[in-house]
Amino acid sequence: MNRVEGRVKVAGLATYAAEYPVEGVTYAYPVQSRIAKGRIRRIDVRDALAMPGVLAVLSSEDPPRLGPAAEGELALFQSREVAYRGQFVAAAVADTYENARAAADAIVVEYEQDIHDVALRADHPNLYQPETVNPGFPSDTVKGDVEAGLNAAETVIDVTYTTPVLHNNPMEPHAALALWDGEGRLLVYDTTQGTSSSRDLLAQTLGVSSEQVRVVSRHVGGGFGSKGTSRPQAVLAALAARAVGRPVKIVLTRQQMFDVTGYRTPTIQRLRLGADADGRLTALEHVAYEQSSTLVEFAEQTTTPTRVMYATPALRTAHRLVRLDVATPSWMRAPGECPGMYALESAMDELAYAAGIDPIELRVRNEPETEPDSGLPFSSRNLVACLREGARRFGWDRRDPEPGRRQEGEWLVGTGVAASTYPARRSPSKAVVTMREGDFLVQVAAADIGTGARTALAGIAAGVLRVAPDRVHVELGDSDLPDAPLAGGSMGTASWGSAIVRACEHLKVNGTVGRADTTEEVARDAELARHAFGAQFAEVRVNSVTGEVRVSRLLGVFAAGHILDAELARSQFIGGMTMGMGMALMEETYTDEEFGGFLRRDLAQYHVPACADVERIEAVWLDEEDDDLNPMGSKGIGEIGIVGTAAAVGNAVHHAIGRRVRDLPITPAKILRARF
Amino acid sequence: MDITLKVNGSSHSVHVDPRMSLLDLLRERLGLIGAKKGCDHGQCGACTVLIDGRRANSCLALAVAMDGSEIVTVEGLMEGEELHPLQAAFIEHDAFQCGYCTPGQLCSAVGMLGEQGPSAITGDLREDPGLTPEEIRERMSGNLCRCGAYVNIVSAIAEVAP
Repeated sequence: MNRVEGRVKVAGLATYAAEYPVEGVTYAYPVQSRIAKGRIRRIDVRDALAMPGVLAVLSSEDPPRLGPAAEGELALFQSREVAYRGQFVAAAVADTYENARAAADAIVVEYEQDIHDVALRADHPNLYQPETVNPGFPSDTVKGDVEAGLNAAETVIDVTYTTPVLHNNPMEPHAALALWDGEGRLLVYDTTQGTSSSRDLLAQTLGVSSEQVRVVSRHVGGGFGSKGTSRPQAVLAALAARAVGRPVKIVLTRQQMFDVTGYRTPTIQRLRLGADADGRLTALEHVAYEQSSTLVEFAEQTTTPTRVMYATPALRTAHRLVRLDVATPSWMRAPGECPGMYALESAMDELAYAAGIDPIELRVRNEPETEPDSGLPFSSRNLVACLREGARRFGWDRRDPEPGRRQEGEWLVGTGVAASTYPARRSPSKAVVTMREGDFLVQVAAADIGTGARTALAGIAAGVLRVAPDRVHVELGDSDLPDAPLAGGSMGTASWGSAIVRACEHLKVNGTVGRADTTEEVARDAELARHAFGAQFAEVRVNSVTGEVRVSRLLGVFAAGHILDAELARSQFIGGMTMGMGMALMEETYTDEEFGGFLRRDLAQYHVPACADVERIEAVWLDEEDDDLNPMGSKGIGEIGIVGTAAAVGNAVHHAIGRRVRDLPITPAKILRARF
Repeated sequence: MDITLKVNGSSHSVHVDPRMSLLDLLRERLGLIGAKKGCDHGQCGACTVLIDGRRANSCLALAVAMDGSEIVTVEGLMEGEELHPLQAAFIEHDAFQCGYCTPGQLCSAVGMLGEQGPSAITGDLREDPGLTPEEIRERMSGNLCRCGAYVNIVSAIAEVAP
């Protein structure tokens, strides 16, 4: 089935957060800190307030009232301390966007500047072991004796990879439109991946009850994690609207998005692998060094996929964090798995070459019986089948493993492979299904951030009700609907779908209305290792003169439970793979060590893949039957597509040029560096 | 300043702030939300509209400079209730996910199909290269799609291209 909201999207009628027609709307524009650490001495707003159309200025000179639980970057204008360059320190509100922006420029902020520290280093003296890593995993795990395993190994590799600061960059900027009514109730049209959680966080930040807040987010122009938690724009719109007594709209600029909407932490990852003469691992150690802000601890779970992937008698994983004068990192598509699998799967390729074993064969030989770290049985695991099917489709058996052999004119050609994995989870959700004039209305506070949730959920309900999907109407994106978890962690469809199935079952016995709350059902889920797996294959062409890398072919083979909708699934997979290609070759935000904050804060400098970069991307899947997941038998597919892509591309670059580039992104300068 | 311009066939006389972009005029004053603000700097293409028949980034055009211009936005591509063939092809090929870049992609594709001559990758400048997939990819590279729907965008446009 085509996307049910396809027509309104191509017609330009779909309403994103900043696009609701509201009478008497006004505009807020933020002022950002110019220093990375210190405190605000004084804010002079006199000139700004005298400008045409200006209604108010918000700042810590007169801190707006927030709730006692307001914290981190949402506690706007409460403190005079500056935690990072780019932090919001004031805002102007005016009758037009142009007036608000000009007034913000006229606000004068004086600082007392301290010496900042913004550079992540693996030898930073303030590195520490966090208690847990996102979203609650232990920071460190140890099983067996790594040193003994390495000593006993026939082949040992000890390699370090780095990944840069990466920005989600959804096409729709973070935006909010806030309206208070006469009874003190707040309506916010926000860009969010979850209206229930956004409502609760907003209420907590503002110090009002959740019943007083409604968040509406019917269409979201991409999020990739950056809209998973409330961002300052929603709080700012609410505060500004309260201050001026009129609706307030705020749309962050692309540059502001780089500063205040989260990013993927840079990582430094050291891997030590040992293998016996047959290529069987004797030890595997993965340590990640990462950053967070001084405001909030966010520890990306970078080494957690290594706890899932390969059989080994000795396994150690660890995370070390340093709190710097930087913005707080956050979720970006497949936090943990994406950077972690880049490093692990690159290291596996290096081990394969060091041991003289085919990279696919090496992975097959290290296939575990149970989840390596926990010892839990897998609900289903078809990594080997994905590798084999991919090898067949890609023509892997015709590959000459010797690097640097294939040349076509100026172009060196190489191929590479990497594995993918992502957890298959679900959370409690509510849903209501109502029969109306022979059609069915499904209501759930789910979000459609481009995943096709409306379409997939309509299909799930139609399957249970045994009606055509076009007789099911899905209402989502509104916190007044039955509470639901956010679209994140690849568990939206599994969570909402479970509730919808139960609500439909209830309707069938109840008559016209079915209600469900899966809290108890989810709590009873057996303890199992539930993960999707995949294999990614890349063919690259590296220009020997310019160092340019072209990805001429990408193939992903995934085993992600029962695929609910082939068209939507393919789009999710190829979309993730496209973003993974960007991570491999071009995406990078620089940290400004001189002044703090970020450099390359726009799309002309932070390169994401463009149409001309994407030549041939294919995604296929092996349908799995797995009764231990949820009523649909599905695994989430929003994130696994980006996992492993960068490693496959990097491994292909090595195969093409005979040299490893271990620092992403693989730019022409790094390709050519060996020559100059 | 007072200007008069035609948008999707209707004439509008408006008083505009000289700092206002065409994009903000469309979105904030005329209630046409189809053209999207993605970067406001001509770097993403989400705001692409047709200005006097040519595709252009409306965030880079000042509203005051549009006096007398004819603008077509994505809302103007439909004929009554009938979708433009490109709009229908985008749905059929699943050429979008979040949909935010889609209006710009569509206006850009409409503009591109009306353009003559070689592109930056055309080998022989004397020959009409035709809209091969390579030419479509090159000519559509001013419109970013973060969801990564490029493969489907190209197949949708190729279906409609002459």
